[in-house]
Amino acid sequence: MTNPLTAPRGAPIIAVSNLVKQFGRFTALRGVNAEFDAGKFYVILGDNGAGKTTLLRALAGLTDPTRGEISILGKKPHEASRDLGYMAHPSLLYDEMSGMENLLYFDKLYDIAGNSRCEQAIQAVGLDAELSRPVGKYSQGMRQRMSLARAILHDPKILFLDEPFSNVDLHSAREMVGLLKGMRDAGKTILVVTHQAALLEGTADEFVWMQAGQIVDRTNHLARGHLAPGDAPAGES
Amino acid sequence: MRSFWSIALSTLTKDIRLEWRSKDALNAMLFFSLLVVVIFVFSFDPLAEESRHIVGGLVWVAFLFAAVVALNQTWARELRNQVLDAYRVSPAPANALFLAKAIGNFILVSLLEALMAPLFVIFYNLRVLGPAWQLIPVTLLGTWALVVNGTFFAAMSLRTRSRELMLPLLLFPVSIPAVISMVAATTSILTGDDPAHFYIVLLLTYDVVFTTACLALFETVLQAE
Repeated sequence: MTNPLTAPRGAPIIAVSNLVKQFGRFTALRGVNAEFDAGKFYVILGDNGAGKTTLLRALAGLTDPTRGEISILGKKPHEASRDLGYMAHPSLLYDEMSGMENLLYFDKLYDIAGNSRCEQAIQAVGLDAELSRPVGKYSQGMRQRMSLARAILHDPKILFLDEPFSNVDLHSAREMVGLLKGMRDAGKTILVVTHQAALLEGTADEFVWMQAGQIVDRTNHLARGHLAPGDAPAGES
Repeated sequence: MRSFWSIALSTLTKDIRLEWRSKDALNAMLFFSLLVVVIFVFSFDPLAEESRHIVGGLVWVAFLFAAVVALNQTWARELRNQVLDAYRVSPAPANALFLAKAIGNFILVSLLEALMAPLFVIFYNLRVLGPAWQLIPVTLLGTWALVVNGTFFAAMSLRTRSRELMLPLLLFPVSIPAVISMVAATTSILTGDDPAHFYIVLLLTYDVVFTTACLALFETVLQAE
């Protein structure tokens, strides 16, 4: 593998080998093997319970694998935390504080000084940094955008996004896709778990298909060649 | 190291701001302590002499139970919207979070004690016969003993189904040596019968041992699923 710290676009930046995750008797991941290249946009698809979120949480260092290894930029996920941005389905924000207050707190966790970075992140997602309303009173779409602002606050090299478009109206979702495309074009590696894959057709570099805790296919287009008749890809309707 | 304290201070400031806006924990603690004061006054109607012998136990049991309310609240806030995950994916040290939470709870419980102390004095006709200044180290050390373990066990019971029940079940047995020391020291100071030095040293030792243990184990608790 190329030295990941100096990896050019297209070189593997994330390597997962024989990843197994068990929750009691339930096996969420069954020996996942994959490599993800630098500067590419991946969409992880699959039915509910396929292991998409568990894979993303394991990559973000939020869940320890039962077996197997994860290498991100040549390090374990915990060691690479400065280079990772994570956005989950819940907002990961304090409802009682404004967006700016939230970001000002989280920037301290990454040792970032000053307000300017927070303002940039908020503006990047199309929100107003002056908004003093608590996050709990934001619309779902605004909350998702602010959650994305939190994830990109420290300018990470890799972004893990779990259902970033859920409950977001089509217009806002398309704006978010545009923002993510810009980030990918700027060299960031993006992994998105979503059920609304159609939104990312034409933007994503690769669609990763999961089923029963395994990666079963990787395609450059949303349509899978060997799909059984009537087995439409997730998000397509 | 500067980053550690900066993160701890930011977390503490954030927690105080959230509590100031909601006042969830403080209101519940105040109401609970007030109930204890009133109920026991009407139940016992004690003389000043009797009060000096029972108030030590009463005060600390009231604060222990009231503190549980604040301790549960501390982490419940982090569970809403899974905000704790945002901390866990960051490079921030786990102990900075623990220390900030423990200090935040210490401030909250100390504030409760400061507000309730005059009421205990008035309702129980208290007059201190021993060295009153010793109540300060007993209160500070005793409060820290409650909150440091409480913060730790509240984090431990965070992902259990009945966490509000789990916290007292875990915390109270471990707190027995500290509570006995706090009650005995307070009674000694109020009655002026025995010196409280032994209990103060015991509390100090307890605090050092449990603070060290909690700091050593907290990262494991935070990263547990």
